[in-house]
Amino acid sequence: MDIVNALITLLNFVVVPAMAYGSQLALGALGVTLIYGILRFSNFAHGDTMAFGAMVTVLVTWLFQSWGIHLWVLPTALLALPFGILACIGLLLATDRVVYRFYREQKAKPVILVIVSLGVTFVLNGIVRFIIGPDDQNFLDGERFIVSARTFREMTGLEEGLAIKTTQGITVITAVFVVALLFWFLNRTRTGKSMRAYSDNEDLALLSGIDPERVVMITWMIVAALATIAGVLYGLDKSFKPFTYFQLLLPIFASAIVGGLGNPLGAIAGGFLIAFSEVTVTYAWKKVLTYFLPESLAPDGLVQLMSTDYKLAVSFMILIIVLLFKPTGIFRGKSV
Amino acid sequence: MNPVLRNTALFAAMAMLICLVGIFQSWNAALQIVNMGLISAIMALGVNLQWGFAGLFNVGIMGFVALGGLATVLTSMPPVREAWAAGGAGLLGGLLIGLATIVAAVLLVRRMRPGKLRLLALTALLIAGFILYRAVFDPSVDAVEAVNPAIQGYLGGLGLPALLAWPVGGLLAAAVAWVIGKTALGLRSDYLAIATLGIAEIIIAVMKNEDWLARGVKNVVGLPRPVPYEIDLQNDPDFVARWAERGVDAVTASTLYVKLAYAGLFAAVLIVLLILAQRALHSPWGRMMRAIRDNEVAAEAMGKDVTARHLQIFILGSAICGIAGAMMTTLDSGLSPGIYQPLRFTFLVWVMVIVGGSGNNFGAVIGGFLIWFLWVEVEVAGQWIMNLITSGMAEGALKSHLNDSVAHMKFFTMGIVLLLVLRFSPRGLIPER
Repeated sequence: MDIVNALITLLNFVVVPAMAYGSQLALGALGVTLIYGILRFSNFAHGDTMAFGAMVTVLVTWLFQSWGIHLWVLPTALLALPFGILACIGLLLATDRVVYRFYREQKAKPVILVIVSLGVTFVLNGIVRFIIGPDDQNFLDGERFIVSARTFREMTGLEEGLAIKTTQGITVITAVFVVALLFWFLNRTRTGKSMRAYSDNEDLALLSGIDPERVVMITWMIVAALATIAGVLYGLDKSFKPFTYFQLLLPIFASAIVGGLGNPLGAIAGGFLIAFSEVTVTYAWKKVLTYFLPESLAPDGLVQLMSTDYKLAVSFMILIIVLLFKPTGIFRGKSV
Repeated sequence: MNPVLRNTALFAAMAMLICLVGIFQSWNAALQIVNMGLISAIMALGVNLQWGFAGLFNVGIMGFVALGGLATVLTSMPPVREAWAAGGAGLLGGLLIGLATIVAAVLLVRRMRPGKLRLLALTALLIAGFILYRAVFDPSVDAVEAVNPAIQGYLGGLGLPALLAWPVGGLLAAAVAWVIGKTALGLRSDYLAIATLGIAEIIIAVMKNEDWLARGVKNVVGLPRPVPYEIDLQNDPDFVARWAERGVDAVTASTLYVKLAYAGLFAAVLIVLLILAQRALHSPWGRMMRAIRDNEVAAEAMGKDVTARHLQIFILGSAICGIAGAMMTTLDSGLSPGIYQPLRFTFLVWVMVIVGGSGNNFGAVIGGFLIWFLWVEVEVAGQWIMNLITSGMAEGALKSHLNDSVAHMKFFTMGIVLLLVLRFSPRGLIPER
């Protein structure tokens, strides 16, 4: 029995990665849920929007690196992030003007808008692959670890090490900062309140003199910022590969739906729920259990519930279970 | 213009386009487009049944197509006797235990009163079932995968005729569609979309990782074919002599012959399905489906069981996609789970249905042909245009990057086509009547 080492192992392999992944999912799910709340459709192009924002950031990062601009121990990508956000805002406002606005004026059914967003997905996917290619791109620099396993062991004298990557730290801090900012905006500012009013009841909001086009425009801008930040953080933490962003769509939607579509608080809770379940179900528990249990009971196998290849299946199972027992999500979502 | 005349003109134009490929590229390429066009048309028919008739939004087509492919392996490959002896019983036993656990859990939820006791019993049952399942299943998997892993390492199929795999593909897809439909169809429309998107990814993940089933990413090659092999034709003196009279060499003749044979088989399947779909559309059942699509509340008030009808048509449409998937794998004569990508196998089929005209079976068919034609030819045209653009450029990174990116132009073009059609002609080429 060695509780301290067991806890450190747990922290190192489960809690820290799941916190980072959960923050990324939460930021992605916030974007999906905002679009659902204001524009009232499920945006399948969200994954590729993230890829686009991250791509611009990667390109600007490379430019900065070639100029010799660095951010001390932090990744240069943080400096490039505002440019990525700006480009993404431009892209989303342009798509809205060219594509979505027509259907909004027509009051088209939500499912038509979903199909339209599929078309946008195709186009964005083509653009991203055309510009940066389909391969893995590395744009991470700066210090790799906040605490590396070795320094931790030397500091504490424990058997197990605890490693926290810089990207994981940045991810969680950025997510907290962004979410706080978003909630302040939605709850305290006039524009934020008008957005919530529009989301709750469109007709009533129109009667009170809220300009719908302005609400929609601000929504797209916020969504662009959220998507780019989520995309860049994911790219820094794992690696930037256009196709993976499309596959993120399922966990992101699962997070948004599990929390209750249209509910920002739910998106965050859903993101962490999905991330923690994915990591715990696919983690091999052998090491932790060996520390916890007396020697005679130590497990032989890996004690892994599912192989890591089935991560997607985990988010899907949670989605189905929540939908069957609580069809509008944990926090009450809305339905079109 | 009279619709019949217009539609005939459209199909004639499509045939012309394919003939142009035959004249300017090669007849082999043209027949390749015809074969995949026929398969695409069948997939589009299946999706049109779900979306056009009933308004069900299924974005998991890729999963059903892949299941069809899996069925080809399970039906037509010869069984691997050593593998069956090594772990066949254990595998089946494990799967049965898993199934029994799920059935028991469902029964338990239905029979017991809600409360803490039920939750406790359910959790205990699921954990016990899972441990037992893994205990029986895992050793058998290792045993099976150890049998001659370079070329086998899986259970093999039943060794039945290749053509039988097509209906089996449909049945397999239908069975999975039943499970999904039972759980997800009562929910809202976009939840069905997410559920199908997820299940498709999971089916692919299972096919990639469960090596005992169909060798996973190691791929199964050399599936039995319902048509003769090119090499046999080339060694057949009668065949060579017959084509030599017409001035065609044996290699070209044999490839054309095989492709034509496939085209005949595929066309037969398409025609049968098309007739059935047309009959269904114009039957009272088809009218009811469209009534449900246009106004669920009103249809329900008329006493129609909306959920049951949705389940029915979801299964039918998915089964058609399964048949098409089996046909495609037979044409490729190999199963490689790595090729299944959602943009290619789900969204491209959606583009076919929307561009062709949702709600019209002939629309789905022409959409299947036209979009597949574009999908193939955009790359050819893109290469040509890109060569033109870059011809004046100096050799370098930019030039090679531009030339490499041509392959990705396909997605861009398809997206633009879909958006343009949705905006300016949302009823498609052959609108619903």
